[in-house]
Amino acid sequence: MSERVFRVWRGSGDGGGLAEYRVEVNEGEVVLDVLHRLQATQTPDLAVRWNCKAGKCGSCSVEINGHPRLSCMTRMSVFEPDEVVTVTPMRTFPVVRDLVCDVSYNYQKAREIPSFAPDPAKKPGDFRMQQVDVERMQEFRKCIECFLCNNVCHVIRDHEENKEHFSGPRYLMRVAELEMHPEDTADRRLIAQDEFGMGYCNITKCCSEVCPEGIRITDNALIPLKERVADRKYDPLVWLGSKIGRRPKDTPPVPNVGRYSNRT
Amino acid sequence: MPPTTQPEITRHEYDVVVIGAGGAGLRAAIAAREQGKRTAVISKSLFGKAHTVMAEGGAAAALGNANADDEWRVHFRDTIRGGKFLNDPRMAELHAREAPERILELEYWGALFDRTADGRISQRNFGGHEYPRLAHVGDRTGLEMIRTLQQRVVALQQADAAELGDPEARIRVFAETAITRLITEGGDGDAPGRIVGAFGYRRVDGGFVVFEAPAVVLATGGIGKAFRTTSNSWEYTGDGHALALRAGAGLINMEFVQFHPTGMVWPPSVKGILVTESVRGDGGVLRNADGERFMFNYVPDVFRSQYAETEEEADGWYDDPANHRRPPELLPRDEVARAINTEVKEGRGSPHGGVFLDVSSRLPAEEIRRRLPSMHHQFKELADVDITAEPMEVGPTCHYVMGGVRVDADTAASDVPGLFAAGEVAGGMHGSNRLGGNSLSDLLVFGRRAGMGAAAYLDGLGGRPDAGAVVDRAASEAAAEALRFLKQGDGENPYTLHAELQETMNDLVGIIRRGPEMERALERLDELAERSLMLSAPGDRVYNPGWHLALALPNMVLVSRAVTAAALERTESRGGHTRDDHPGMSPEWRRVSLEVRSDASDRVTLTRRPVADIPAELLGLFEHDELAKYLTKEELPETVAADEAAEEGQS
Repeated sequence: MSERVFRVWRGSGDGGGLAEYRVEVNEGEVVLDVLHRLQATQTPDLAVRWNCKAGKCGSCSVEINGHPRLSCMTRMSVFEPDEVVTVTPMRTFPVVRDLVCDVSYNYQKAREIPSFAPDPAKKPGDFRMQQVDVERMQEFRKCIECFLCNNVCHVIRDHEENKEHFSGPRYLMRVAELEMHPEDTADRRLIAQDEFGMGYCNITKCCSEVCPEGIRITDNALIPLKERVADRKYDPLVWLGSKIGRRPKDTPPVPNVGRYSNRT
Repeated sequence: MPPTTQPEITRHEYDVVVIGAGGAGLRAAIAAREQGKRTAVISKSLFGKAHTVMAEGGAAAALGNANADDEWRVHFRDTIRGGKFLNDPRMAELHAREAPERILELEYWGALFDRTADGRISQRNFGGHEYPRLAHVGDRTGLEMIRTLQQRVVALQQADAAELGDPEARIRVFAETAITRLITEGGDGDAPGRIVGAFGYRRVDGGFVVFEAPAVVLATGGIGKAFRTTSNSWEYTGDGHALALRAGAGLINMEFVQFHPTGMVWPPSVKGILVTESVRGDGGVLRNADGERFMFNYVPDVFRSQYAETEEEADGWYDDPANHRRPPELLPRDEVARAINTEVKEGRGSPHGGVFLDVSSRLPAEEIRRRLPSMHHQFKELADVDITAEPMEVGPTCHYVMGGVRVDADTAASDVPGLFAAGEVAGGMHGSNRLGGNSLSDLLVFGRRAGMGAAAYLDGLGGRPDAGAVVDRAASEAAAEALRFLKQGDGENPYTLHAELQETMNDLVGIIRRGPEMERALERLDELAERSLMLSAPGDRVYNPGWHLALALPNMVLVSRAVTAAALERTESRGGHTRDDHPGMSPEWRRVSLEVRSDASDRVTLTRRPVADIPAELLGLFEHDELAKYLTKEELPETVAADEAAEEGQS
């Protein structure tokens, strides 16, 4: 057991600041354990979002000493013995209170992506897919929707105005996943570029670096999606086809999904 | 920001309100929406974060992809064996019959299960399942299921956006919203009133909401947060169990609490976090401090004929199951948990009070990383243990409650008109012990049935009852009640009370139970119930976790009373209920389910209900010798009884 200094951001959407606490820390603990101890012993109304405390649900995303991380998977042993631990909310999303953000941006973006569309002639049980083919998408489906990738992405982290036109790594990866699904029949390449802002991504790989699941978002999802978009836009055969009246069947944007409301 | 004093209440009207957004809740909501009902889904967490994401191993369904001999009858038989013949046979039958369809439907909605060589859904071995039966995705099957259902809800919202101009026209998710009261109308003395609505609060801003709705589906999961060592997330505070009791429904089988045999034991802060049964299904073995594979010493008489007696025979089973019996590590969970408990108690435990679970000497490192990626990650990150190179230390952790709302198997209806329940909050399906893998399939099968049951109930009502005045009155009462904790400045700290409750349940009503200890637990629970009225939550209403805990604690205390009272009453040991003072399994008790009800002051009473008989054609799936170990003489089928008489006559 030892004592640590924690600085925790307290406040609301209207503003706030770092509050300092001295708190007990025991062997093997993670940052979330210490936040829970603060709640139980010093400040019962400290707002922290969490669920499983096992790295499986992606609820407890915060920034710890400036690094976007899950607080349940950040062990206290990674800090120097006398290092002050500073915990702040994710910067890209509006603060609700203390360490809790309004992440509804993400749910809005999810709703804009045209859903999985199997061949209507097929019925449940008809699919035959090889392990090697599903493994590519399975990597993306490890995503626990902690939104740390969207939080760290500079396209929206410092540019509120880009949010409307950019879905962020999480949802561009979702587009890539659907495009790679062997049984999917939709073609989202054009809207990936025009609606979801694929072109904003300049593959700095910040998203891959913060992913707690170790998903290679940039290499395995975003770059292949960029290549597919390029195929759709610049493939000479597609161009020739369009000239002789064989138009590609691009899936249109989903109508009327509008702005996601956390309306009450 | 709503002030502390002024209880403004936002009003909504829906056909069906589903409380809970895990596997059962989302499947129920999809079913209700597909029946054309306007459906609200209430989630305590963000959309897609439910406890279901923590399910690892897989969903049991007799698809027959891995072994063509598998079929629903074999799954039914395994389920009944696992539950020690206390299951509701109709539920077990529906579950076994419909699980394959529900899994294939998920795949059709985009789920990506692991594959067999011929491109079908792969299936893995699990405790108590005769054949490889669990459809899975590595060891993160629950996440795949939640994501698929979540994305299915979104697909339906997109369809509604296109057709009706509003994505939330027929199905809407109320994230980070908790229900604290069900509202009923009518009813007298014995007969409960019918559902007319539900009241709750939004975690994000502390605002109150009331839903006027004639049908409510409970899908709130379990009660594990009443125990100290648990694999359950903060959400598992028994809300649905408590809401049902207070609305006048009965809970059955509450004494049966599953302790998963393998939770992490070290470091202390992760104690209880689940280690999937897939580790054993894929070849992992349990050893004590002496290096002995001790499970061979714990095969109970009822399972003797199905499990291997030597390591050689057990190891042969993985590749040639037709000619070998199963390894004893794959006994049902209650058996393995008790065995580990005994090993530790008798001094053969690991350094941190568990036993060793070793897969490192059983599979190549690459294979372990492929089949058990989450476990590899979890131990490396949280315990500095590389499971491809060294054994894990594991011990029992509170995992699942078999007990829950007594429902009609076909419609998931409780005996409160308009109230339905599915998933962990419903009772009966799993009897006294649930088999691994049967939970995810349970959520799908009975989630769908609950959604359809609620829709059919509405159709039968022939018109919406006008209950506006009743709903408003109840809502303003409930709002005043909820605000109380914010005003009791000198009351008790809810975190302290919670810790005491967890200690009481863990130490006095845990994996091994004794009469006098449970009597003491009941006294303590009485005291905790009184103190839970005097809690104080400083701060305001915006995302105030102390307040939220204060509102959940009375639920946990009530459910703990239900568990303890039933556990004290049942003087035998069976499945997830082990009495040190009554170690035997009694055929007389097998015929009885205990039903708990509560009164206006949250005191519980018990009544005995008969367990339904297994239909004759399904009883025929079991050998006479096996049935004779569970059933009373007069219950044995006539032919069997005749055989027995003949045998007796010969000897």
